[in-house]
Amino acid sequence: MSLSPENARQAIPESDASESKDLPKVQIRGVNFFYGSHQVLRNVSMDVPALKVTALIGPSGCGKTTLLRCLNRMHDLYPGNRYEGSIQVQPDGTDILGSGVDPIQVRMRFGMVFQKPNPFPKSIYENVAYGLRLQGMNRRRELDERVEKALREAALWEEVKSRLHQMAHNLSGGQQQRLCIARAVATDPDVVLFDEPTSALDPIATSKIEELIVELKKRVTVMIVTHNLQQAGRISDMTAFMYLGELIEFGETNRMFTNPAKPQTEDYISGRFG
Amino acid sequence: MEVFPRTSSRRLDKAVETFMVWVLRAGGWASVLVTFGIVITLVTESWPFFREVPLIRLFQDTMWTPLFAQPQYGIGALLAGTLVTTGVALLVAIPLGTILAIYLSEFADPKFRDWVKPMLELLSAVPTVVYGYFALLSLTPILQKIFPDLPQFSMLSAGLMMGVMIVPYVTSLGEDAMRSVPMLLREGAFALGDGKLGVGLRVVFPGAFSGLAAAYVLAISRAVGETMIVAIAAGLQPKMTMNPLDSAATVTAFIVQVSLGDLPHGSIGYQSIFAAGAALFLMTLGFNLAGHALRRRFHRAT
Amino acid sequence: MQPEPLRTLQEGRARRRRAIDSNFRRLGFFLTLSTLGILAILMLNLAMNGLARIDWQFMSSFPSRRAGEAGILSAWVGTLLLMLVTASAAIPFGVAAGIYLEEYAPKNRWTAFVEINIANLAGVPSILYGLMALGLFVYQFRFGQSLLSGGLALGCLVLPIVIVATRESLRTIPSGIREAAFALGATRWQAVWHHLLPYSTGGIATGVILAMSRAIGESAPLITIGALTFIAFLPPAPLISHAPFVSVDWLFSPFTALPIQMFNWVSRPGEEFQSNAAAAGLILMVITLSMNAAAILLRRRAQRNITW
Ligand SMILES: Nc1ncnc2c1ncn2[C@@H]1O[C@H](COP(=O)(O)OP(=O)(O)O)[C@@H](O)[C@H]1O
Ligand SMILES: [Mg+2]
Repeated sequence: MSLSPENARQAIPESDASESKDLPKVQIRGVNFFYGSHQVLRNVSMDVPALKVTALIGPSGCGKTTLLRCLNRMHDLYPGNRYEGSIQVQPDGTDILGSGVDPIQVRMRFGMVFQKPNPFPKSIYENVAYGLRLQGMNRRRELDERVEKALREAALWEEVKSRLHQMAHNLSGGQQQRLCIARAVATDPDVVLFDEPTSALDPIATSKIEELIVELKKRVTVMIVTHNLQQAGRISDMTAFMYLGELIEFGETNRMFTNPAKPQTEDYISGRFG
Repeated sequence: MEVFPRTSSRRLDKAVETFMVWVLRAGGWASVLVTFGIVITLVTESWPFFREVPLIRLFQDTMWTPLFAQPQYGIGALLAGTLVTTGVALLVAIPLGTILAIYLSEFADPKFRDWVKPMLELLSAVPTVVYGYFALLSLTPILQKIFPDLPQFSMLSAGLMMGVMIVPYVTSLGEDAMRSVPMLLREGAFALGDGKLGVGLRVVFPGAFSGLAAAYVLAISRAVGETMIVAIAAGLQPKMTMNPLDSAATVTAFIVQVSLGDLPHGSIGYQSIFAAGAALFLMTLGFNLAGHALRRRFHRAT
Repeated sequence: MQPEPLRTLQEGRARRRRAIDSNFRRLGFFLTLSTLGILAILMLNLAMNGLARIDWQFMSSFPSRRAGEAGILSAWVGTLLLMLVTASAAIPFGVAAGIYLEEYAPKNRWTAFVEINIANLAGVPSILYGLMALGLFVYQFRFGQSLLSGGLALGCLVLPIVIVATRESLRTIPSGIREAAFALGATRWQAVWHHLLPYSTGGIATGVILAMSRAIGESAPLITIGALTFIAFLPPAPLISHAPFVSVDWLFSPFTALPIQMFNWVSRPGEEFQSNAAAAGLILMVITLSMNAAAILLRRRAQRNITW
């Protein structure tokens, strides 16, 4: 089955967004992942709900980043990596791990924000416009509109509107990370993946980005890896706890933090390890 | 909701990608083709020479005169020239290059070093014909004041000049190697009260040794293959001598000497320079591979 | 409290170490300056012997049996045209190979072989490129003792320099930049073309300049293909007055070049030819040293402009 984001968009009209909230957006089923012969993910299954923030927590090295990067097929860029299982994206039900699916089209549907801000050494404008250009948008007026919209969504517009054509590297670290968010959301992806987006930032920049993520979920599904439990508690609706490559527990954040079902989850949340 | 063409150009992008992979891969092949070109040319063009001349004569004969009516094929006469000029060059380049490397990496002010290192590298950018000119017309007359019997062409003069040319290779690679020795190791020795030179010699030098050895080996390869300096200043007559005060042709100078004359395709002279070239290729191949392996070992160790 | 004798012993040791260190520092500084001094002496020597010889007549005359009337017209035109051939061969292939090895090549035996091959190629004596050109380009491909044969020989010679410079300059770009482009849906080539190449032009240009400066000074490969002949004419012009306005006849023309012209003069007896040699050498030195200086400055600027 081929990916057709156009259909995807028609199937969830914006006015229906509130009703579709509990629909799963991404259904992960029995995913195993191998770096060469080293298995890092073991039989991970979970339903990521649409238009919510889902946090992935767990001790360092448990496979959070690895799972996140399965969703936009980043692992395909390096030789020797292997997936098993399926990841279906609703509403069209495409299995993005399926053979015949073009990883590049998957990446166009899944935006990604990295641990360290990584803007291109180009102008602020060109950073945001790049994804749009890749998807075939070239008309100046359209680009201008989209870039402005994305920068507003990333709460950066007011700070940079007078210097859109200056180098992105002149921005502060927090601004750079918001620029990367603008770059990721400019193309209207279905899901945005965040890999510890605030771990390189100071507390003020961090709280701005947290606010931003909460705003974003009105429009897109968010998955975020964080090593910061308070952060997961503040911004996420759902939390998945991983340990040694396995998904131990997955549920509503409030419930997970107050009343974890599994002893390992409780140990981790109460700070007894990790 | 407005949807822009997410997929319209994907097929084109894919075609471009496939095409570019081939173009870029062709670049990689080009470098292999050059090596094949060199090897195949050396083998095929020197083949008739080695068919005519039994290998044993290369080592039995004491003179290299393939163009004479009664030809002699003692390649030792050419190798001696290469060996002596290379030896003289290394006697300059290795001590001087190493001292400069230790000084620049352990003693010099970083600002001074950043300024001086590229200046030193200019020495290896000087066209070798200029070095040859200088060796023949300036260095040799000076040396003749010290050694009155020194002939106009001498391996000493050419070797010394070549040493100067090679210093930057040793210094630059050597300094890189020494500087990548972790600070922690140095601090250990400093904490015991050692001085800078002591630390440099007892900790940094051994720590960087495979890197330095790579620099030395690559310097040898340079010296063995250097052509213009020896062709201009060491003389073009093959001679079985190990005396640096004498003149003698190196393997490379012999190739130049034959090339200067009329060189019909397929003549014995033509074949003999490819035979000399094959010997040169094998020697430098050995040094280059050893240097590469040492460098890789060093990078893996640090 | 340490016993008295041990303390004085230690103080003595420490004092000696400081003395050794400061002596070595002086030695190192002196040797550094002396080594650089050789470069200065070289330049001065060439200038003293050759500067007076450089004038319009020298630049615009063909070589001649009479030293006073000889000039370097065919030599510098030859060098210029050679560099055109060398650059057009070495830059595209070298940059392509660098990109391939750094961004595309799978980690397998073939790639390992190509890498060792390039490392070796960088150390192959230049005269062997001349022998290859003689056997392959001059006789096998029948290009003759021409600008094309000479330029290609030099192109092969500097190919590894361009490859290594391209790779090193791509390697300084952090992987986060590549991943950012890929995550937005760029193909590998789009990542290269939109990002990696533009961000590494400084480094690649530095390498190309160094490669060309190396090629300009090379004489051994050109002598081997038989370029050391008396050339008192210019190759046919690349631009002509009638359609199609460009001509490739010059590629097949015999030629001479600055370093071989200089070699020719060095090997002749007589002060006058030697000052011709010094003049040609001075021009060569100025060209190669200023190219190297430009490369150094370019590298510095590239490093300063983009800090990752
Ligand atoms: N490129 C790789 N090759 C091999 N092993 C890797 C690679 N990246 C990560 N790993 C291993 O996979 C495991 C999970 O890593 P990761 O997903 O980065 O953990 P997390 O993000 O939860 O800290 C770790 O044991 C790590 O060592
Ligand atoms: Mg991680």
